[in-house]
Amino acid sequence: MKMNRILSSLVPSLVFVFLAFPLLGIDMSPKDLKLTISLAPSNSLTFILVAGIAIFLFQYFRFSLMNTAEFVKTTVLSSSVKNIELDKLLANYWVWAAFLVILFTWPLLLGSSTSLDISIKVLIYVMLGLGLNVVVGLAGLLDLGYVGFYAVGAYCYAMLNFYFDIGFWVALPVSVAAAATAGFLLGFPVLRLRGDYLAIVTLGFGEIIRILLNNLSSITGGPNGINGIDKPTIFGLEITKRLKIDKEHGQTIYDYFGFDYDRMYMMMVIYFLALIMVLFCLFVINRLQRMPIGRAWEALREDEIACRSLGINRTAVKLSAFTIGASTAGFAGAFFASYQGSISPESFIFFESAIILAIVVLGGMGSQLGVILAAIVLTALPEMAREFNDYRMLVFGALMVLMMIWRPQGFIQMKRPSIDLNGESKA
Amino acid sequence: MIEQAYLFLDHMFNGLTVGSAYALIAIGYTMVYGIIGMINFAHGEVYMMSAYIGFLVIGGMTMLGIDSSIILLAGAMLVSIIISSVYGFSIERVAYRPVRRQNRLIALISAIGMSIFLQNYILLGQSSRNISMQPLVSGNWSMMSPGGFEASLSYMQAAIWVVTLVAMIGLTLFVSRTRLGRACRATSEDMTMASLLGINTNNVISITFIIGASMAAIAGVMLGTYYGDISPFMGFIMGLKAFTAAVLGGIGSIPGAMLGGIVLGMTEAMAAGYFSAEYKDVVSFGLLILVLLFRPYGLLGKPEVEKV
Repeated sequence: MKMNRILSSLVPSLVFVFLAFPLLGIDMSPKDLKLTISLAPSNSLTFILVAGIAIFLFQYFRFSLMNTAEFVKTTVLSSSVKNIELDKLLANYWVWAAFLVILFTWPLLLGSSTSLDISIKVLIYVMLGLGLNVVVGLAGLLDLGYVGFYAVGAYCYAMLNFYFDIGFWVALPVSVAAAATAGFLLGFPVLRLRGDYLAIVTLGFGEIIRILLNNLSSITGGPNGINGIDKPTIFGLEITKRLKIDKEHGQTIYDYFGFDYDRMYMMMVIYFLALIMVLFCLFVINRLQRMPIGRAWEALREDEIACRSLGINRTAVKLSAFTIGASTAGFAGAFFASYQGSISPESFIFFESAIILAIVVLGGMGSQLGVILAAIVLTALPEMAREFNDYRMLVFGALMVLMMIWRPQGFIQMKRPSIDLNGESKA
Repeated sequence: MIEQAYLFLDHMFNGLTVGSAYALIAIGYTMVYGIIGMINFAHGEVYMMSAYIGFLVIGGMTMLGIDSSIILLAGAMLVSIIISSVYGFSIERVAYRPVRRQNRLIALISAIGMSIFLQNYILLGQSSRNISMQPLVSGNWSMMSPGGFEASLSYMQAAIWVVTLVAMIGLTLFVSRTRLGRACRATSEDMTMASLLGINTNNVISITFIIGASMAAIAGVMLGTYYGDISPFMGFIMGLKAFTAAVLGGIGSIPGAMLGGIVLGMTEAMAAGYFSAEYKDVVSFGLLILVLLFRPYGLLGKPEVEKV
């Protein structure tokens, strides 16, 4: 019995050593186009050995570990978390008010512009996550090319600003409209495809957009992208240090209120702007979700045939989800372009689509609160781990796998708006 | 006129070569999809790793003083197939089996995570720079047109075709003639029923991953030595193209994957030759969208009947 257990734990660790040794333990160096190989430095070899032993120990004590985990789950977590009751907490308006206060005072609590920069990035990803959540989480359409719409929005504002000197607030609706049109045009022919066919077509679309941006150098600036994009203005007041947009009659926000310029102030203004945009998206999508169209999205996700027999026009419903998702991406894209001040096709690779999709799935598909949480985790953590630059993507990938195994339903499971009858919850 | 024909021939040779690799990799996607209905996003990385293993073996064998290119190639392929199969098997055990009963999107995210992990694993284990070596097999058959234009077919290209052909015939025989192949077909037809009839479906799924990984390993070693240049990032775009090929041919269908690969490779080579090399990906994705518009289940795919 014991022998058996040792053997069955030994196999995975030996397999690991067998797999890791050639790729980690041997170094390759090309010399005059001839390959030579050598043993890797001893720390790689030690790593392989240590990891192999760790895997053996994990496998050997797996059952007792699992029992402990189960014990922790049932006793500790249930006694504390369940008693708080998340739903009741969220139904209380004071909690939301407290949230808002924290969100608006957040930049004052942060000391550095780096952490403010991360917060702004998180907010952009929240916007993107909310948009994709409509498409994937609510309507159940797998979109792997979401970053394409983000790119359309960003480049639309960047080009309008660069070529025609159009300001952010005028260009914003145009960018949103452009992304929505792209979504509509792509959605119209492809939405009759099923599941994974739709996934690959949208993926192809995202790649096409990126390749076009890269190669239409005369318009988009090619791989260098577009630089010197104006920041948004606040009621006509500019937020940069020196006047940039209207050099003769303009006024910066700092002159108007009699401050001295500080980079922190500018970042704060942008943060508030992003926060307001996120709240706007949240509000609009939340309302849409409760409207007949939102219910039709979810119904279509659950059972397409039943929907059609009940008279729901599936093309129109799917197209609306796709278009709204795309326009949210355009919204976020225009903001991203104005915040960064320069954009290039590098920012719109497939990896971004994958991250946004991971935000939606990890958050718990369909749940807006979950999306926000997941966006914070998936954007802020890699940013904060910049010092471990080499390892952070490795760990990120491994974490994505582990999260899916441990918590496949996501952080927060979506609950449909429902009414309690007779005081019994219908869950 | 004759020049045009020679030029066309030249593009066709290139297209067939790349198309063979697409077809080999697409088999991994299509078999996995056919059986468990998931997109194995990490498959492109298996291709990339197999090329690295092949290069390592070639480097090791040349240091031992072996310089016959056929032995080098065969040895590299053998070792690469073995190690890559174990990789394919382990990837399924670690990342996909625990989430198999969940929503399909969960498995997709897990696969994307695995893909990011493996890419960075090679990035750290080997260097982030490209690794180049001299082409193992040089020389070609060339045909001169009267106008002095040359269409050439290198030995390496021919070798790739032959190896691909052999692998394809082997796979077809395996699936259609052997007991295990029959079990694979039964499982892809109806997994629950197959397991009720005594087929160990877990083993069949493992076999699928092993076959997919070995096909990718063949493609990785052949194409790696053909171009003589590999990098940790080459798996992603290759995987994307191969998946496109699988969808083009009708995902879930093995002949479809072969046809789709060849069609995609040819289209790309023609687009690169006659139109512009930068836009060849646009052309191939455009072709995919067009084909799916008129045949939503791919070239050889079976239409799924929607049931209540």
